[in-house]
Amino acid sequence: MTDKTWVSDNPIDKINRPSLRLPRLVKRVLMSVAVLWAAYTLTFLILYILPSDPVTIMLNQGEQSTVDIAQVNALKAQYHLDQPFYVQYAWAIWDLLHLNLGHSIVSGDPVTRLVMQALPPTLLLAVCALAVAIVIGGGLAAGVSVLPAGRIKSALLTLPSLGAALPTFWLGLLLLQAFSFTRPWFPAMGNHGWQSLVLPTLTLAVPTAATLAQVMSRSLAEVWRRPFIDALRLKGASTAHLLWRHVLPNAAVPLLTLTGMIFGHLLAGAVVTETIFSREGLGRLAQGAVSTQDIPVVQGVVLTAATVFVLVNFVVDLLYPLLDPRIDSGSAGGGK
Amino acid sequence: MQERFAFNTAVTGNATTGARLRRLVFPLMIATALSACDKPQAATADHKAAADTPHSGGTLVVAIDTDPNCLDPQQVGNNNSLNIGRQLTDSLTDQDPATGKIVPWLATDWKVSDDNRRFSFTLRDGVTFSDGTAFNAQSVKDNLQAIVAMGARASLASTYLKGLTEIDTPDANHVTVVFAQPNAQFLQATSTMSLGFFASQTVKATVDARCQGGLIGTGPFVLSTFVHNQKVDITRRSGYKWPSSLAKHQGDSYLDGIEYRVIPESGVRFGSLVSGQLDLNAGVTPQDEPLILAKKLPIIARTNPGLVYSLFPNQSKPLMADINVRQALNLAIDRAALQPILSRYQAPASSVLAKTTPLYQNLSSQLKYDPQAAKSLLDNDGWKVGADGVRVKDGKRLSFTLTYWQSAPFIELVQQQLKQVGIDMQLDKAPIGQVIARQSSGAQEAEFYNLTRSDPDVLRTVFDAGPGGRNVNKRGANQIDTALQQSSQTLDTEKRQQLVTDAAKGLIADGDAIPLVELATVIATGNNVHGFRYDASSRFQLYDTWLSPKQ
Repeated sequence: MTDKTWVSDNPIDKINRPSLRLPRLVKRVLMSVAVLWAAYTLTFLILYILPSDPVTIMLNQGEQSTVDIAQVNALKAQYHLDQPFYVQYAWAIWDLLHLNLGHSIVSGDPVTRLVMQALPPTLLLAVCALAVAIVIGGGLAAGVSVLPAGRIKSALLTLPSLGAALPTFWLGLLLLQAFSFTRPWFPAMGNHGWQSLVLPTLTLAVPTAATLAQVMSRSLAEVWRRPFIDALRLKGASTAHLLWRHVLPNAAVPLLTLTGMIFGHLLAGAVVTETIFSREGLGRLAQGAVSTQDIPVVQGVVLTAATVFVLVNFVVDLLYPLLDPRIDSGSAGGGK
Repeated sequence: MQERFAFNTAVTGNATTGARLRRLVFPLMIATALSACDKPQAATADHKAAADTPHSGGTLVVAIDTDPNCLDPQQVGNNNSLNIGRQLTDSLTDQDPATGKIVPWLATDWKVSDDNRRFSFTLRDGVTFSDGTAFNAQSVKDNLQAIVAMGARASLASTYLKGLTEIDTPDANHVTVVFAQPNAQFLQATSTMSLGFFASQTVKATVDARCQGGLIGTGPFVLSTFVHNQKVDITRRSGYKWPSSLAKHQGDSYLDGIEYRVIPESGVRFGSLVSGQLDLNAGVTPQDEPLILAKKLPIIARTNPGLVYSLFPNQSKPLMADINVRQALNLAIDRAALQPILSRYQAPASSVLAKTTPLYQNLSSQLKYDPQAAKSLLDNDGWKVGADGVRVKDGKRLSFTLTYWQSAPFIELVQQQLKQVGIDMQLDKAPIGQVIARQSSGAQEAEFYNLTRSDPDVLRTVFDAGPGGRNVNKRGANQIDTALQQSSQTLDTEKRQQLVTDAAKGLIADGDAIPLVELATVIATGNNVHGFRYDASSRFQLYDTWLSPKQ
């Protein structure tokens, strides 16, 4: 027995028009491409506006600053950095259309290789953190939702706000202090072995779990109050049965929407987490590239992160109908 | 030669530790303090015994704070990279950090012509690169020519070779380097890793490829892995037989290898060192020092030779063209009062040169704090104190902005001190790239930096207003430049000493340099690390370093 609560606010959505399925998909894809283009262009613009340029930074590492202006200019010409904005931008887009992300100005490595090396550890970290966050956040919200109202319940309900308020930076250092520096349980740095994944995963998972728990608590409370729950209770259904079979599936739909967003936050959180734990990954790559104004690498990272974000949201979109068939029939024609 | 060697090993905690600790706001420190009572220093006597006899084996794990970006010591100027490059290659000469004296390494002997233009080296026999090819006169020639060809990419090395006209290689063991003009600094330059040597395979590679590795040197270690932002691994080269004459042992290095790990967080570097996950923290912050000392771990520090952290007034701007303003700047700064916020291993400036620079002379009598003199100098010059306390003359305020990127909290105290005499220095801390962009625009009223070099020629590099000089002050040439140029032409110590001191005195008197504080390199190690050595430029020399078992 399923009791779904998601209702489209647009009655026209209820009309099933299968002939429009393809255009909707095409529209979604076009939207995704537009998002990627916007992300790329915005990054390019920001990096262009910044004073200085990668060549000057590259030649001025450390405390020294004895460089020959003529030679700086020769190097700038080599990277098209002496060209006006629209020429540089045209070069960048032309290369992008050829799936050529260029070479890092600092290391000379192909950006594609740098990004492809950095992406798997970050994805692994993000997926682990998401899984842990769902278990902690979801478990807390579900557990609290079945408690009778009282002091314990309200105390537990403040935990998510606390978790969301903890700075990732501070939490990471605290975990290191407790489980690496004073007790040698986990390594403080690196990507080697599952042990090195534990503390970064926890660091990244706590704020995510807090967000999940906050949203899910509200969503669960709302479902518990619905009349059909009372009806089922009168039929003799146990609380556990109600929670697993009826309340959780109904409360999960808004969470799915949130998952797309959360994944974006996890990628952003990876910058801080990977820095604290000295891990290889997209966040460290981005941080290093921004500080040396290594334009091709920053572009590559932003494009990759945007692609992951767009893909996750795309998949979430496709998953809605699986959770609730009414969404499928509804939004098929609505072009939402 | 007045040179001091600030070498502080195994200094134990002192009374100020608690006071310093309380000032720290860094949240981690609270947690650290809670656990400060763990791990008593056991078995000290055994440890001492083991510490006396060097033995082979073990990998030294070193924490560095940022990615070295490029590993080629001929190209780069950043300390993390140079501290790696030093282990991969050897130099013609070495410089004794205690005396500044140039001593043999790959060159067993050398002759300098009377006009200081021709440098003839006799090379050691039997030296090879790690790919088995021989190191000979041709290698020297190829490497030096490649550095000249790299130009700006060889940021330090190319300046050492300015005016190179000819390299003669009469036979495999002799090489003569000839310059267009007298070049007194060249001999010291041959001791740096910037003029270290690589096999012809490396020399022929592109500049970018050399940055990423593939560096085949003559050194006691061989590069094995370089992962950007992660780590650099180097391993022992077996059959190494040509250490510097300053080395404490012969043959292969003691260490099996060295792992440099990039750990950006200072708290993580500290915690990892204390918990034994690291052997050497190359990025000790002043806040970490009392905590490390409380843990009874050795801190090894050395003042960087060369130009101290200074303000350099841009005299092409009307404000700084006024010599009274520049002199008032020097008088208004209370350098001794800067000490409390410096690292305990760092000292306020006592000259334009740091005390570890060869030919340094203490000029602190010229750097006395005299706010009254500063005030009357400005009063007499027509700078009247305005309503907001900032002086004004002809409607112009005595105000300028300093853009800087360095981690230099003392500059804020300098700002307060200048305010006392009515000088308004606005501070603008920005990323390094932006600072350099603004400096090269020439629109800044003053610049701020230091420059490490174990030769007084660093003054000429920065201040020379003659043709081709960097002329940091953008001023007209005067007798200071004559002294600087002459000092780069003579190797006669007494004569050179006189010229360098004259130039340094002149630079302070004219307010071309406002010296503030010296830079010190500060590292901390585990109790298992022995035989760490700084070279004359305060960079790491790890050939003699060895590890005892961890407790």
